Amino acid sequence: MPSLTLLGQALVSGLLAGGIYGLLALGLSLSWGLLRLVNLAHFALALLGAYLTYQLGATFHMPPWLAALAIVPAFFGLGVALHAVFTYFRVTEFTSLLVTFGITVIIESVIQWVWTADYRRYETAWATASLRVGPLFVPTLELLACLTAAVLALATWAWLRFTYVGKALRASAEDPAIAAAFGVNHRAQGFLLSGVSAAYAGIAGAFIALIATLAPSQIWAWIGVVFAVVIIGGLANPIGALLGGLLVGVSESVTMAVAAPAWAPLVSFSLLILILILRPGRV
Amino acid sequence: MLRLILAWLLVAVLAAPVAAGPSGQPIRIGSTLALTGPLAPTALLHKIAGEIYVEELNRANGLLGRPVEWVLLDDQSKPDVTRSLYEKLITVDKVDLLMGPYATSGILAAMGVAQRYQKVFPHHSFGMPHLAKYEMHFPTAAFGPEPNVTVPTTVFNALAATATPPKTVAIVTSKFPSAQFQSNGAREVAEKRGLKVVLYLEYEFGTRDWGALAARVKDAKPDLVWIGALGLDGNQMLEAMKKLDYTPPRHFHLFPAPGPLVAAPDGKSALSVTVFEEHPPFMSNAGAAKLVPLFVERATKANVPYPHVETQAAGSFAAWQILEAAVTATKSLDDKVLGQWLRKNRVPTIIGTLRFDGPNNYGDDLFKVKQVQDGKWVVVWPKEFAAPGARLLPP
Repeated sequence: MPSLTLLGQALVSGLLAGGIYGLLALGLSLSWGLLRLVNLAHFALALLGAYLTYQLGATFHMPPWLAALAIVPAFFGLGVALHAVFTYFRVTEFTSLLVTFGITVIIESVIQWVWTADYRRYETAWATASLRVGPLFVPTLELLACLTAAVLALATWAWLRFTYVGKALRASAEDPAIAAAFGVNHRAQGFLLSGVSAAYAGIAGAFIALIATLAPSQIWAWIGVVFAVVIIGGLANPIGALLGGLLVGVSESVTMAVAAPAWAPLVSFSLLILILILRPGRV
Repeated sequence: MLRLILAWLLVAVLAAPVAAGPSGQPIRIGSTLALTGPLAPTALLHKIAGEIYVEELNRANGLLGRPVEWVLLDDQSKPDVTRSLYEKLITVDKVDLLMGPYATSGILAAMGVAQRYQKVFPHHSFGMPHLAKYEMHFPTAAFGPEPNVTVPTTVFNALAATATPPKTVAIVTSKFPSAQFQSNGAREVAEKRGLKVVLYLEYEFGTRDWGALAARVKDAKPDLVWIGALGLDGNQMLEAMKKLDYTPPRHFHLFPAPGPLVAAPDGKSALSVTVFEEHPPFMSNAGAAKLVPLFVERATKANVPYPHVETQAAGSFAAWQILEAAVTATKSLDDKVLGQWLRKNRVPTIIGTLRFDGPNNYGDDLFKVKQVQDGKWVVVWPKEFAAPGARLLPP
């Protein structure tokens, strides 16, 4: 029987891992739900952001928060440029899978060419720092990533719910023709949303650089679980993406603590299947 | 002055045929490596070692006086792709000889193809000898036929010889086949030796969240953690434990990425196993003096964080050495002839003398115990192979 401390620690670990999942899921959920683009390149952009954070820190001794400040606008521009390509070639929801898969492979090759296939670690003083709460330890960086995910999810939810642009985006996703009849410029808003999604990938990348050791193939390590999070959370639902991330993170972590760790992926994907059976209209 | 110039010209003319090197139709040696995908960081070391070997071979007299061409394809770390590419190397590229890919699953996939076409199959990183049934496979991952027994026995022997031998052990292993196989063996060996196995966990290859695993190890309070790790798993495990304000007294890593563990602050005193490190007596082994400076130079240029020869690069180099030895000795490219020669002969290599006359073509277990000391790996056990002045440091 696992001790209460072990269970508590697993819960903390799962919540924080879930925060990272949520952070990665946020941009993907928006572009899939509102632009009808299944953007696999989101993961490649996140890892590119991680490598850039590493490079700026390791070579120019730029603090990660400053690196993030530089990366976010650059990635916004990259997102806009990518959307221009999607628009020009009239990429549909289905073909976006193929196109963004290709872009992902290209970005992976570029990363490997520049930084080699070998591991890169951004060593910082905070890498192993933790806060102590009673018998539990809360890793500082993961906590910061989780809080960032929560703030971004809430802000995005508010943006979509209360602003004109947000309402227009949701209307266009619901029925583009009717939205256009009401004067909604779906094309311009698509560029904006694509930029925002890419910027979110950049933010997630900055945290990945600080938390994980980098290798080009890591792009693929996140795809399965983050897709599960997006579907569990519901498309274009920022709060859902965060909660989905937390649910998957906690279920994986608690499974690792109380049962065989190898069952952890099974539990999260079982959850996904269960949700798809109970609520088939989520995708 | 004129005489001196003429003398130099004469020397140059006489030396020209020697410096001309190999000639004729190149001998094509085909292989794949995981140039992309999760195994790529380690496969890069094999690529550098192989390139150096082929270049040096061609700088001398090639094979049988002919130049050697290495036809290298990217298997993307996928056994299914590896299988198809070996099929292509044999049937489309029509290579003369084969060299193995990197890592157990890829090698097993390629071995089936080599067997079907009856090609000699040297390889350098296969961790499950009991699965290698093909009579013409020749391993230079010198684990011996039962690494699940011999490797943990060597490690536990080394620890038992210290002033404070461990009494309890936690085994946390990846489900990657060779890591799981040897770690499961470590569990049995530990129990037979009277060590208490307080925790045995298997996790999926590619696990991202190490917090819960670290919490379970901390909860078990072992004297030794055996991490059946591949690549960076060990680093991530140590970091996750550190975040819980816990550092295990001793930690062993089965197949770690050598660089990151040395560089990590938590990697201090980490234990692992090796067949080669850049210090005596290994530097006297065949080819060591040639490979080490070239590898350091190339790996540094390629931006490899730990640009040193150890198990991976040395194992790869040894695989090329046995292939060259067989071709040179038999003056043949016939796979059957080469295979028969290798089965009957011992080959001095950079990792020691190899033989292939044991069960499933395995010879002796040449693995030694190494430890991170002063920012580098040094062999600490058995004592006769220890780096000068090095001994296994206590916790």
